[in-house]
Amino acid sequence: MLAETATAPITGFTPLVPYVLVALTVFAVLMLVPKLLGKRSYSKDKFVAYECGVDPIGSARQRFSVHFYLVAVLFILFDIEAVFLFPWAISLQEIGSAGFISALLFVGVLALGLAYAWRRGVLDWNN
Amino acid sequence: MSNDTVYLIASLVKAVVIFLAGVHVVPILVILERRISAWVQFRIGPNRVGPLGLFQPLADLVKFISKEDFRPATASPMLFGLGPILTALPPFLVLAMIPLAPSIEIGGRQLALSVVDTDLGLLFVVALSSLSVYGLAIGGWSSDNKYSLLGGLRSSAQMVSYELALGLSALAVVAIAGSVSLPEIVAQQSQFIGFAENGRWAGWNVFAQPLAFILFLIAGFAETNRLPFDLPEAESELVGGYHTEYGGTKFALFFMGEYVAMLAISLMISILFLGGWHFPGDKAVIDWAVGLVGAEGAAISWVTALIGHLALLAKVGFFLFLFIQIRWTLPRFRYDQLMTLGWKVLLPLATANLLLTGAVVSWS
Repeated sequence: MLAETATAPITGFTPLVPYVLVALTVFAVLMLVPKLLGKRSYSKDKFVAYECGVDPIGSARQRFSVHFYLVAVLFILFDIEAVFLFPWAISLQEIGSAGFISALLFVGVLALGLAYAWRRGVLDWNN
Repeated sequence: MSNDTVYLIASLVKAVVIFLAGVHVVPILVILERRISAWVQFRIGPNRVGPLGLFQPLADLVKFISKEDFRPATASPMLFGLGPILTALPPFLVLAMIPLAPSIEIGGRQLALSVVDTDLGLLFVVALSSLSVYGLAIGGWSSDNKYSLLGGLRSSAQMVSYELALGLSALAVVAIAGSVSLPEIVAQQSQFIGFAENGRWAGWNVFAQPLAFILFLIAGFAETNRLPFDLPEAESELVGGYHTEYGGTKFALFFMGEYVAMLAISLMISILFLGGWHFPGDKAVIDWAVGLVGAEGAAISWVTALIGHLALLAKVGFFLFLFIQIRWTLPRFRYDQLMTLGWKVLLPLATANLLLTGAVVSWS
């Protein structure tokens, strides 16, 4: 089996190499051409961040709402749930009801977590 | 030339052709979007450049590349350039995983008509489609502009929230098909409505999974940042969102990413739920076409692939039209409504639907 794969020069992923190379070349050309063709003019105000004509106060790189972090943490939990359920969903026809009940317990624990976050107002954006 | 060489050349040509096709879909969609929006709003739309305004995207390209290469003084130089590339590349990688037609026979082997021939197609699609969020977040943060930062933050939160519903509704299809290989999921839907001999569902999954179909469609709109979910670039509140400071070809790359993502999501909906390249009476049509051109041997697979590809394109075209029409019909959500819909409605519904599907599949 190993020898067979060693002699076979083409795997399913081989065409991805020219695909990505062509893509990156096209993107690079698109990014570089304006450097050659584009006009150039300098004025001090042009290089200030655009905030509808008002001079920006301070940098934009400040602290922001903690809500975004909470959403990210919740996402990691449920995304891992989805990843675990992929092999489960594929083999469902073989593992039958025992497999289904164990997944039910797994999802149940996570559902409790979601219910807790829900009650604590993590999912509310009004306040 | 040996068969291996023929096959290798065919694979490489295939990769480049699919990439170029993906790139060329963008100007077609842009002109369609502008003409359809004009039609919806009782305007005329761009009609000056070429017949019916068809060369407008070409004029746009000329304008894009002749713009000044601009960057705000306080922006991070590296990340500012990286943002557009990281947004444009993931949709193309998703496109690489999707089969566009039944595989053809060449050089004595089966050549899959997707760039990557893998059994893990759906897994890769789910994994890669979420990578676009890096581009938007990096582009928004590096601009050092408050609108951009808010747009980038919003898009990260929105995309991760709706990705859950997207993945879980696709999982219901996986449970029915028993595979994450996209060609196998298409093969499972070979009949329009009906069961296979072993009692498993063999019709289009939209009839077995109507709820998952609707959830996937809604989450697909949110993943591509299209109206009614275009909060990341809401122009009436955030100027341009994450691309406020971008212009010229860097802006064009953001644009390209969005349109290719639309194409990829339309392809995924057609493949997961609408039978891919199958259509009612497809066997009779293929037999008739094979007889008409007198195809033999490998040529039969070529005719089958062509007809299948056209059928898939028709379905994709329908969804692309739906994407455009909805953009010009519905108003935008408020941000709290968006997050409520994602976490309190779509996620519980998708989980319940998956568990119900699991119960039915494992007990039958």
